Amino acid sequence: MSDNNISKEHNAFLKQNRRRKHTILLSQIAILIMGLMLWEVAAYFNWIDSFLTSHPSQIWHLFIEYTKNGDLLYHVGVSVFETIVGFLAGTILGILVAIGLWWSDFWAKVLAPYLVVLNSLPKTALAPIIIIWVGAGYSGIIVTAISVSIVVTIMNMFISFISIDGDKIRLLETFGASKFQVLRKVILPHSIPALMATLKVNIGLSWVGVIVGEFLVSKAGIGYLIVYGGQVFSLDLVMMSVFILSIISAIMYKGIAILENKYVKWYE
Amino acid sequence: MDKRANIVEVKNLGMIYHALSGETEAIKDINFDVYEGEIVGIVGPSGCGKSTLLSIIAGLISPTRGKVLVNGKKVECSSSDIGYMFQRDHLFEWRTILQNVLLGLEIHGKVDKESIEIAEHMLDTYGLRDFKDNYPRQLSGGMRQRAALIRTLIVEPNLLLLDEPFSALDYQTRLAISDEIGLILKNEKKTALLVTHDIAEAISLSDRIIILTNRPAVIKDIITINLTCADGIWGPIKSREAPEFRHYFNKIWKELDIHVR
Repeated sequence: MSDNNISKEHNAFLKQNRRRKHTILLSQIAILIMGLMLWEVAAYFNWIDSFLTSHPSQIWHLFIEYTKNGDLLYHVGVSVFETIVGFLAGTILGILVAIGLWWSDFWAKVLAPYLVVLNSLPKTALAPIIIIWVGAGYSGIIVTAISVSIVVTIMNMFISFISIDGDKIRLLETFGASKFQVLRKVILPHSIPALMATLKVNIGLSWVGVIVGEFLVSKAGIGYLIVYGGQVFSLDLVMMSVFILSIISAIMYKGIAILENKYVKWYE
Repeated sequence: MDKRANIVEVKNLGMIYHALSGETEAIKDINFDVYEGEIVGIVGPSGCGKSTLLSIIAGLISPTRGKVLVNGKKVECSSSDIGYMFQRDHLFEWRTILQNVLLGLEIHGKVDKESIEIAEHMLDTYGLRDFKDNYPRQLSGGMRQRAALIRTLIVEPNLLLLDEPFSALDYQTRLAISDEIGLILKNEKKTALLVTHDIAEAISLSDRIIILTNRPAVIKDIITINLTCADGIWGPIKSREAPEFRHYFNKIWKELDIHVR
């Protein structure tokens, strides 16, 4: 848009809008910096016990050390790998099961109570069983991650599949569409917003599965660092791991949001 | 009297719905014909089974009794001979207008350069050229209904079933669009069955009107509409000014026998 056909008032409005956005961003950064500074100062003057809380500069030093010797990259890499595999598998399998349930009304009704029970069950309770059955390596952790996200995926996608206006399906049927065409032309595209919402939830859930799995059995990964740090009372290590975990999961979430904006222009 | 070919023959049609709470007889012993190039209106009290009748003719549901012949063939399942327009336009939000218009051809596997050209030409004719790459939410209700009509017409059905196609529009748009669509149907010499609860709309668009009774619906009367339009040119809005209009309106109103209880 060129500036010469914008009225003075509109320009002022845009300027004010921009200023407001900047203020919000600056405030967000300020809160982070002030929090970290307060933490540092409080630890320095012994207002808090830095043995229990650690403090930012110590965490930073540890971060540099772990980055330099390559440990950090290794542990992060293991966890990210497990999360992405668990996330993709959980989502894809969940969608396939949801399609199956949509296809067969009979099985949807038969399996409904089982899904309700599985959905309300805290999936992390299954983690020990899964790890015993599948094995105490990557595979056990990945299956744990899958178990956390798959049921929610099935429920969300199935609800979206059946929430469609029946006339839209009838419209396709008047054109003589097969059931597979109904699925492809209307059910799946209609459910893209639900899919995007599910993906965002699943990123977080997959991390829950991976961290719990790593707590239980692993020899590597961010979950392992947290448990190890807790056992040897190295709160620096625990804090650093939690920070890194939150940054990586936020990046993944943002990635999906970008994907959504890029490919889904038709809904607001 | 009428030598034109029968497009639709409805014979002894009956439909009973079953539910756990019991059975409901929706329509009973319906018989009528629709001739080529004719627009036949169907009016009746709300919930009397008008939509059931259309769904059976479209082959979406099968009747309990009787049969429907379209072009002399028994309707068993939906066929591309029949175009169906719903109360709402049901344009797919994730498709552009052009993609929406091509939906039926896509199902039939007939999308090619030529058909896209035809689609673009029709969009052009009906004033939607500038919107072909827009998404439905960016269009007004009237434009959306026009796009839905093109989607129906492009597969070249020789029978159109219109299920209260204007009822989701506001009054002014409704008048304008029903006028427009009525003229399109007449110009393209389409045969159409129009279900509506709007008596004036039925009179202004139809050549004949079938009046149904309360459930279980039977045919109470079939009225042939003959309106003298000014200048001798027929048009849905013009026909509302015809001197006979009021007479038909009163007749149908009385026959519908609607009591608010």
